[in-house]
Amino acid sequence: MSEQTAVYVSLEKIGIRHRAAASIAVIGNPNSGKSTLFNRLTGLRQTTGNYPGVTVEKHSGTMQLGSSALELVDLPGIYCLGGFSTDERIAVEVILGRINHSKPPDGMLVVLDATHLYQGLYLLQQLMEMQVPMVVALTMTDVATASGIDISIEVLQRHLGGIQICPVVATTGRGLDNLKLALEGIGEAVAPAIPESWPELSSTADELAALAGDAMPRIDVLQALIHPQGERAATLENKVGAALLNERRSRLFGDEPPQASEARHRYRWIRSVLREAQRQAPLLDRFGAKARRWINRPWPATLLFFAVMALVFQAVFSWATPLMDGIDAGAGMLAGWVGAQIPEGAFSSFVTDGVIAGVGSVIIFLPQILILFLFIIILEDSGFLARAAFLMDRVMRSVGLSGQSVIPMLSSFACAVPAIMATRVIPNRRDRIATILAAPFMTCSARLPVYALLIAAFVPDDSVGWFNLQGLVLLGLYLLGIMGGLATAWLMKRSALRGPKPQFALALPEFRWPNLQTVLIKLMDRARIFLKRAGTVIFTVAIIVWALAYFPRSADIQENLQSAMAQAETAYAGEPLATELRRLENDAAADQLAQSYLGRAGRLVEPVFAPLGWDWRVSAAVIAGFPAREVVVAVMGTIYAVGEEVEEASLADKLKSATWPDGSSVFTLPMVLGLLLFYAWCLQCAATVAIIRRETNSWRWPVFAWTYMTVIGYVGALLIYQIGSMAG
Amino acid sequence: MTLRELRPGQSARIEEVDARQPGVVRLMVLGLIEGVEVQARNSAIGGDPMEVSVFGTAISIRKQQAGCFQISPLDPNV
Repeated sequence: MSEQTAVYVSLEKIGIRHRAAASIAVIGNPNSGKSTLFNRLTGLRQTTGNYPGVTVEKHSGTMQLGSSALELVDLPGIYCLGGFSTDERIAVEVILGRINHSKPPDGMLVVLDATHLYQGLYLLQQLMEMQVPMVVALTMTDVATASGIDISIEVLQRHLGGIQICPVVATTGRGLDNLKLALEGIGEAVAPAIPESWPELSSTADELAALAGDAMPRIDVLQALIHPQGERAATLENKVGAALLNERRSRLFGDEPPQASEARHRYRWIRSVLREAQRQAPLLDRFGAKARRWINRPWPATLLFFAVMALVFQAVFSWATPLMDGIDAGAGMLAGWVGAQIPEGAFSSFVTDGVIAGVGSVIIFLPQILILFLFIIILEDSGFLARAAFLMDRVMRSVGLSGQSVIPMLSSFACAVPAIMATRVIPNRRDRIATILAAPFMTCSARLPVYALLIAAFVPDDSVGWFNLQGLVLLGLYLLGIMGGLATAWLMKRSALRGPKPQFALALPEFRWPNLQTVLIKLMDRARIFLKRAGTVIFTVAIIVWALAYFPRSADIQENLQSAMAQAETAYAGEPLATELRRLENDAAADQLAQSYLGRAGRLVEPVFAPLGWDWRVSAAVIAGFPAREVVVAVMGTIYAVGEEVEEASLADKLKSATWPDGSSVFTLPMVLGLLLFYAWCLQCAATVAIIRRETNSWRWPVFAWTYMTVIGYVGALLIYQIGSMAG
Repeated sequence: MTLRELRPGQSARIEEVDARQPGVVRLMVLGLIEGVEVQARNSAIGGDPMEVSVFGTAISIRKQQAGCFQISPLDPNV
């Protein structure tokens, strides 16, 4: 058999890369240096894919060894196998090979942070119960030494049943060769002896596992014992009977939650181990530590948080704008060049206005998203975001959430798609869904072009005290988004998602300089997620919107255009001729759009949006924006006949002079404010709808989010327009 | 006395934990159990949540849960 498979191995694989012989799950506490170690071991040989058939990412990389290779699978950072959060459940399912019957890993690399052994040993003990071969990497040994922590590897190893422990400094690479050797031999390693922290629990698990039979491995029995509400509990009850199970539970746990008894026993054992294996030398109070303590006091820390966020947003906008302008101009030039090469017609329009504009509309967001994520990753890795969650917990509590929702919400200011994925750390499903529903309200980068256009056109460039009025309106729109999101969470937590108050228990990491390689790899990963999840949707939508705006073509308009252009050529010459021709072409394009499917749809729904003060043009642009809000500016450019290469100033002028048939102005101040509010609140993003579907695993929440946000956007715009028009 | 009343800089030993109150188990999993020494560090504005360190790890804990931990204070000068 093996000879036959060898024949079919393609040539390029031979000698360049060896097939991974075994797979190893990498697991550890959050902030234990796990990602840095993973990146060190695998370098850039990483992939993010899906487990077949399920919506869980598989983040894996290949580690090259002398003559073979190992596949390392990175698991989310967790504190216990409690099944509290989605991340914890994912880790358990992967280690046990339960994700869609994928192969369980051949071994585990457990990452222990030498400065936080206490919590690390808790997870390690639970992992040892799984009876899988393992190697321990003891990270942050340099920081531990600097903090006066002295750990005896030999003593620790003896207490851990002889597991191989490799001290490493992931940032410098010290100790990595040893760790690689240990991992290479993991196939021969035996599973560790189960620690003697709670013999009664162990013997009960053995007893029940024997009764349950082969279909239920011991670790499942253990999980079922400790988690009476979990999935396996019912299975165990069927196999051994409720009476016996309840009797065993009450004998072990009394009337307390089982996990509380488990924590007591395991930590008692950990303290006895640490007493022997770890020595803490008293440290002189250094200046750095004093300064950190001062800055972590309530008011300085909170002010620092707001100052850092203000700086981040300032940097995002001032750095991203030139890049975005460059991408925009580049896409425009490319479209112009390609358009000149292909004869005019449906195909050339498809390539230039559909494909090139579609790709452009995806990558135009990359600068802002990458810069914002760069900052967020740096803040995350330095431990600042956990502090932010701590400081903002009180505010989030007032809407029924906890500080853990702060990080996804901050990410939403770049793009809601990765933000919604970041909600997986939230333990309670109701809290997680409330956060998912609040996240799309935050002002993402796709809303900015619309805000910028309308503000530049209709808000006077005046000063109010120290502030610029246009800037204040933009700030107001950000606040409107935040308020909409918080109010939504509050409403949901009092109605459909009513449940116990979310708890907030979080380890606060010490400040730490972020590692460049880790930051860059994470950044690439988020960019890939954005391009894959959001990019494909935005691109598809751009093509569909193009088709709706292009078809059907009216031959009459084209003929009229030809004859008008011929006339103009006799009447004008030079620069005036070029201007006149451009005007004719833009007018013809506007006429074509008016009778296209999109234009007809705009007319069809005009009565619906008329109470908001929108004419058919605005309605058509808004419809085009429902799948992806950022196309609105381009559609308005075409509708108002300024061409697609929208010069903001010329489009703004056109908007100002747009009138109803009776001559009154369309873009009045109440109408513009209503339109802005509609954009702030409406869920015009198919990519977000798709990711909500994925992460909640049902159509219920995306449909609800879309309907709810559309309704409040509409009602808000209606109220502002009607009240404003009466007052004005 | 409960953990609630511990002021920044003060140390104490946890004597008894009421594990039946909501949110307490999660803190026990992070190592706040009977017999360990804790030290109060900082807090957010308004004193809630508070930051408590155990074995060198800082843990964020809300006042409501802190009230479930009975403590006996230790000499702050040690």
